[in-house]
Amino acid sequence: MKQFLSFVKKEFFHIWRDKQTLFILLGMPIVQITIFGFALTNEVKNAEIAILDQSKDAATTQLISEIRASQYFTVSAFLNSPNDIAETFKQNKAKIILVLPASFNSDLKHLNKAQVQLIADASDPNTATTLINYATAIITDYQKNINKTSQIPMVINTQVRMLYNPQLKGAYSFVPGVMAMVLMLVCTMMTAITIVREKEIGTMEVMLVSPVQPLKIVVAKAVPYLLLSIVNIISILLLSVFVLDVPINGSIVLLMGESILFTITCLSFGLLISSLTGSQQTAMFIALTGMFLPTIMLSGFMFPVENMPLPLRLISNIVPSRWFYQIVRAVMIKGLGIEGVWKQTLILIAMTLFLLTLAVKKFKIRLE
Amino acid sequence: MATDYIITTEELTKRFNDFTAVDHISFYVNKGEIFGFLGANGAGKTTAMRMLCGLSLPTSGKATIAGFDVYKQTENIKRSIGYMSQKFSLYEDLTVRENIRFYGGIYGKSNAFIKEKTNWLLQQLNLQDEADKLVGSLPLGWKQKLAFSVAIFHEPQIVFLDEPTGGVDPVTRREFWNLIYEAAATGITVFVTTHYMDEAEYCNRVSIMVDGRIDALDTPVALKEKFNAATMDEVFLQLARKATRIDN
Amino acid sequence: MQSVIVNNLSKSYGKKKEIKAVKEISFEVSKGELFGIIGPDGAGKTSLFRMLTTLLLPDAGNAAVDGSDVVKNYKDIRKKVGYMPGRFSLYQDLSVEENLNFFATIFNTTVQHNYDLIKDIYVQIEPFKTRKAGKLSGGMKQKLALSCALIHRPVVLFLDEPTTGVDAVSRKEFWEMLKHLKQQGITILVSTPYMDEAGLCDRIGLMQQGKILSVGTPAEITGAFKETILGVKSNNMYQLLKDLNANDEVEDAYSFGEYHHTVMKPNFNKETLQQYLEQKGNKELVIQNTQPTVEDSFMQLMKQ
Repeated sequence: MKQFLSFVKKEFFHIWRDKQTLFILLGMPIVQITIFGFALTNEVKNAEIAILDQSKDAATTQLISEIRASQYFTVSAFLNSPNDIAETFKQNKAKIILVLPASFNSDLKHLNKAQVQLIADASDPNTATTLINYATAIITDYQKNINKTSQIPMVINTQVRMLYNPQLKGAYSFVPGVMAMVLMLVCTMMTAITIVREKEIGTMEVMLVSPVQPLKIVVAKAVPYLLLSIVNIISILLLSVFVLDVPINGSIVLLMGESILFTITCLSFGLLISSLTGSQQTAMFIALTGMFLPTIMLSGFMFPVENMPLPLRLISNIVPSRWFYQIVRAVMIKGLGIEGVWKQTLILIAMTLFLLTLAVKKFKIRLE
Repeated sequence: MATDYIITTEELTKRFNDFTAVDHISFYVNKGEIFGFLGANGAGKTTAMRMLCGLSLPTSGKATIAGFDVYKQTENIKRSIGYMSQKFSLYEDLTVRENIRFYGGIYGKSNAFIKEKTNWLLQQLNLQDEADKLVGSLPLGWKQKLAFSVAIFHEPQIVFLDEPTGGVDPVTRREFWNLIYEAAATGITVFVTTHYMDEAEYCNRVSIMVDGRIDALDTPVALKEKFNAATMDEVFLQLARKATRIDN
Repeated sequence: MQSVIVNNLSKSYGKKKEIKAVKEISFEVSKGELFGIIGPDGAGKTSLFRMLTTLLLPDAGNAAVDGSDVVKNYKDIRKKVGYMPGRFSLYQDLSVEENLNFFATIFNTTVQHNYDLIKDIYVQIEPFKTRKAGKLSGGMKQKLALSCALIHRPVVLFLDEPTTGVDAVSRKEFWEMLKHLKQQGITILVSTPYMDEAGLCDRIGLMQQGKILSVGTPAEITGAFKETILGVKSNNMYQLLKDLNANDEVEDAYSFGEYHHTVMKPNFNKETLQQYLEQKGNKELVIQNTQPTVEDSFMQLMKQ
């Protein structure tokens, strides 16, 4: 045990004395969360809105002029038929389209109830959501105004359609995404690199010719990165809750537990890489292409898995971050308990066991 | 006559912050001479050699290499010198011929020159059969001999050799020195560092650096006489033991 | 009892095992002996040391260190040997003290417990114990590495090219340290490309291209050199060397420090040689009898 502890101590020295790397490791989650956070909460001004007014009466003119008066929108086009909608988006003439049905005025007067439709280009989901929110607010204001003058309350139903990305992924998706990315980088890449570095400078040779069990060396390398990752998880969660107002709807204990599980998955993969490679460059390259890129491309963080072609969808199943991403979204955003994520958890556990067994099996007790 | 000196230095100094790596050294090297540049680890040899090769600017003092000033004419200096070290010499993943071609190309030699000289060189080193083999597959001694020949391929006036024979077997080590003698006989000045003290005896003149200064400079015979020593090894030990610098 | 027994040990690399690094080597090292493996880079010294320290599996043959087989009982060997690889093996970002403490703990011991063994070496670097290993000079790094390799009081110590790239002064000091250690009863195997270090060992093995050319005490090895060696010098050493090699009575001539060592054929005549050299225009000629060194023996064995 003393051997092990002295190993862990030594690893902390290495990390602590390489201030530059330490700074990157701890600063990276903060920077990433902030960048993504600003991208999300960015104020939208003078966004282009196109209007398909099929009614063309006093009521619709009134509504349109209110939209025009708002600083958020600039009316870029008036469409003549529903067929123009797709073309408008394709030519990038508008980011959002307001559709006023022919019966708008009469419905409002006779039924006290009318419908409008907002269609947004959700390929940029963050902007789309923001625009929909603004537009809805203007319509609600308009509704309040006309209700002031009439005895019977009138209701305008706003029907929202998100084109291209119907589920509107992306709203809070970046927090789980950044978590997966950061853990990946710290655990997989850094563990792999630090073990391979010992091979390069020749200290591994001396370690092997000592009574220390080789496994101890490797596990001791992983411990500091596990702790570092927990610090990162906490800083990401604190930033999300207090700066970005992304709530933690589910259990924090469950969320932490799942994150640590995923950290161990990443560590195991890092150990496996270090057993298979002999140079820091190779280790880094494998870590990047084997874990980091799939995390960005295939976990559902950037692009919805459902929209991918079948081969990619199949491949995404073996990407651990895909399952972790689902778990974090479920626990954090949807507030589900373990009953909602047990399946994904089991998959992650199985992957971890597999990677760990392989890493231990491949670990060389000799050179070559 | 100043023109007979291929290297001259005057109070040449290099400081890194408050550490004086090279401390006011003044010496000259004759044209066509084999000049041994000795010193313990950390005595300042590497720093001095870098300044002479035009890779590092002196803090103060003067130096000329082949008549060119180390402050202003570093490009001319680089064209007039060859360089070879134990660590970096050739590309292991290129063949013998490709390596020669590459270095010839760097110095802007014509294709005809490269072609003719390559054949001559391969014959000289007895490497005709290995011409299209990867350098990585050659024994160390051959690599070092090839590296030396490549370093003087462009017919420089001076060649700097940084521990060229480290780890080489005794027979090849002597073959290597024969190459040095031959080069010197054609008028190339050889500036060499080594850890083998018997090799110091092969030099025309030897300088020994201690703590950034040149503490001795003369022919091996004169040095041994002066320090009342039987071998250069003893001379070196007497001088290097005086070093007070513990760090490099 | 023999401390190290090597029996027909072989090792090859490459896909088809086409690179033969060690070829059927056999030798023995007695307990408490300072044994040197002398040979240039690429001779197979490192592969041999790695097999003996259980880092590599031999392809054929067997070896035992302190009675334990290097393949079957590799764990036992790892407990009782000390190893200093050629590539430098300290943590550059840890201080002198931290390095030493770390190595003590991984061998389940403490610096205090075996301090008497490393004391002579460690006191020289103790003034810098808070300095990072990466900031030490070559000689001091070497002392620290040796201290680390000794901290668990190994029975056999393997030093792979400890003096390569180290200046003459530090090399001298290092060999003096090894002499002290030998007195403590530790068997030491050391490899080196420097022939002049051979004389500092009890016994040596000359190694070249994966083979042991000869094993014995330095005196035995130079004693096997039967031909006469003349040391010859003149005012033009390079011309002299050419002249010597062109002479019929000369077996071999090569530069050796101040003189050219000239290996003579049997029944040579010194006067004839002198006349020949003078006739060739050599001045200030000196011809004297010279004792063969290990380097002379090595070159003769290499050329056979």
